[in-house]
Amino acid sequence: MAVRPLLEVRGVDKSFGAVQVLRDVAMNVFPGEVTALVGDNGAGKSTLVKCISGIYPIDAGQVVFDGRPVTVSSPKDAAALGIEVVYQDLALCDNLDIVSNMFLGREKRSGIALDEATMEQMAHRTLASLSVRSVSLRQPAASLSGGERQTIAIAKAVLWNSRVVILDEPTAALGVAQTAQVLELVRRLADNGLGVVLISHNMNDVFAVSDRITALYLGRTAAQVRTSEVTHSQVVELITVGYTGSIGLLPDPGSYEGMGGRS
Amino acid sequence: MSTPLAPPGTDDSVAAHLRDYVTKVRGGEIGSLAAVLGLVVLCVGFSVARPSFFTAGNFANLFTQGAPVMIIAMGLVFVLLLGEIDLSAGFASGVCAAILAVFLTEWGLPWYLGVGAALLTGVVIGLVLGTLVAYVGIPSFVVTLAAFLGFQGLLLLLLKGGRNTPVEDDVIYAIENRNLPVWLGWVLAVVAIAGYAAVQFARHRTRTARGLATEPLGIVAARIAGLAVILLLATAVLSRERSINIAVTSVKGVPVIAPIIGVLLVVFTFVLQRTPYGRHVYAVGGNKEAARRAGINVNRIRVSVFMVGSFMAAIGGIAAASRASSVDPNTGGSNVLLYAVGAAVIGGTSLFGGKGRVLDAVIGGAVIAVIDNGMGLMDFSGGAKFATTGLILLLAATVDALSRRRATATGNR
Repeated sequence: MAVRPLLEVRGVDKSFGAVQVLRDVAMNVFPGEVTALVGDNGAGKSTLVKCISGIYPIDAGQVVFDGRPVTVSSPKDAAALGIEVVYQDLALCDNLDIVSNMFLGREKRSGIALDEATMEQMAHRTLASLSVRSVSLRQPAASLSGGERQTIAIAKAVLWNSRVVILDEPTAALGVAQTAQVLELVRRLADNGLGVVLISHNMNDVFAVSDRITALYLGRTAAQVRTSEVTHSQVVELITVGYTGSIGLLPDPGSYEGMGGRS
Repeated sequence: MSTPLAPPGTDDSVAAHLRDYVTKVRGGEIGSLAAVLGLVVLCVGFSVARPSFFTAGNFANLFTQGAPVMIIAMGLVFVLLLGEIDLSAGFASGVCAAILAVFLTEWGLPWYLGVGAALLTGVVIGLVLGTLVAYVGIPSFVVTLAAFLGFQGLLLLLLKGGRNTPVEDDVIYAIENRNLPVWLGWVLAVVAIAGYAAVQFARHRTRTARGLATEPLGIVAARIAGLAVILLLATAVLSRERSINIAVTSVKGVPVIAPIIGVLLVVFTFVLQRTPYGRHVYAVGGNKEAARRAGINVNRIRVSVFMVGSFMAAIGGIAAASRASSVDPNTGGSNVLLYAVGAAVIGGTSLFGGKGRVLDAVIGGAVIAVIDNGMGLMDFSGGAKFATTGLILLLAATVDALSRRRATATGNR
């Protein structure tokens, strides 16, 4: 596919004091594809996401969205571009119902009052478009199962005509059946034309739904590869030592040619 | 619930909705149910033990006796919804009442300036308390405990060493001591019922027109009928002559304070249930981090609930000043704060935050007023009254804690 990436991260550096967490990181996210972002603990996945979503400012490099360089300096900027992040610890209020949760902070209003009817209709439409039919819109979030909560959190991100959805370990806390359900939803997001970034530790999940894999190793991009072109063990090697065969950050400190890999 | 999103097995019938309600209650969402049942039991008990409890005169007394506590409790609901506490609400109401007294009696200013100053004082107090809690980061328990002591002192200072300062303005006096003309009471009751019915039916129609899940009309009609029965019955009782000696004076009609409580109830219920602000209050009370990520300014919400709390305390203080026709160093003191917190909790507002309604304050306030009044009629000592109210508060807090545990246990299907 000769499609232009929807979101392009180029040469991003990020330090916290003396500690450089991201070094010349690159990542491409294509519309209609799931890009898995993998890496060991401390490889910089979460930091990268926070840089993209405007929580942390970047020290150097560029974020290009839809072909134009953008500056994302707050989560609101990211939301305005159409970048939504679904965090690992689900940001749902247990005491509010599904509709209230989906519109939290961005409520529709008529005059000074809430426009409940419109919000309920939009929520209904969004959930239907994702083929979610197992929940009642007015039930409180407290009564949802882990998978349903994740589903609602994802639906919340989709509600706003977002174009890139970043999912931080969406299946980490789920059982087998619910994991399958959420992965199916992730696939459907991409099939609807969104650019999806899936952060995961679970190789099964990665190979089940992703089209591309971006591996981070110690704050650097070890490789960007098509999922179909690598094996399980190759990805594990990329995560643990930063290279596999000719792909990745080769051990010789002088040769960074492999960086970025094939993409 | 006929949308495709409804879980299988639900249907539109009234019976299904009643079943849903029972399931909810069993699942720990008790709400005001316990308080309403308790209120009925208490009323029946006192009526049997002391026939004088069940008279029009005493019924009217309940409103005027319970009003200050109820009003303060309405404001406390906002604070409790965030899981915070305002221990200074009682003496804040005293300070605001003292400001009113100083304006009216010492400076001879008109009542509206006095009321304005009292309300403004309330708002400023809330702003200061809320800022200390939200931006400085002191626990609300400590901030308001300090304010509790501080306001007690401020009250003494305002009253020049604790003199009993009379409040003799006619308008202020009317708030807690006069009644509406009988016809006006009926008009207000009918307007309230018609307004409620109009809102309910309009909502039902919009939702049906948009193809959204609606409650069956039977449930809607039953709710309206329920409100109508309560309001009309209360108005009928209050419209009866309750003067002890009709030759001297005639006392009948709805007490002025009753529609005031009604308006406050409607306004603040609207704010909590139907505005984005109210939604954000619940969100911050339910999950502060989620609210923050949703772009809600959490600190501003935290400050605002203290402002609502102290504003309502000011109104409660004005009512107390009206009732006593004076302000003294104990206005808003002794049991006022604990009764107000008790009212909110007994009514079903959770101390853990995130759960509660303004109506809880009214129902819980009624429970406390009935206990206070009924035990007084039965010649129990003040000590016995406090002990009983304390026990009932403990009972309500237990119900709150247990239902919360039950909700956690049954919440995840």
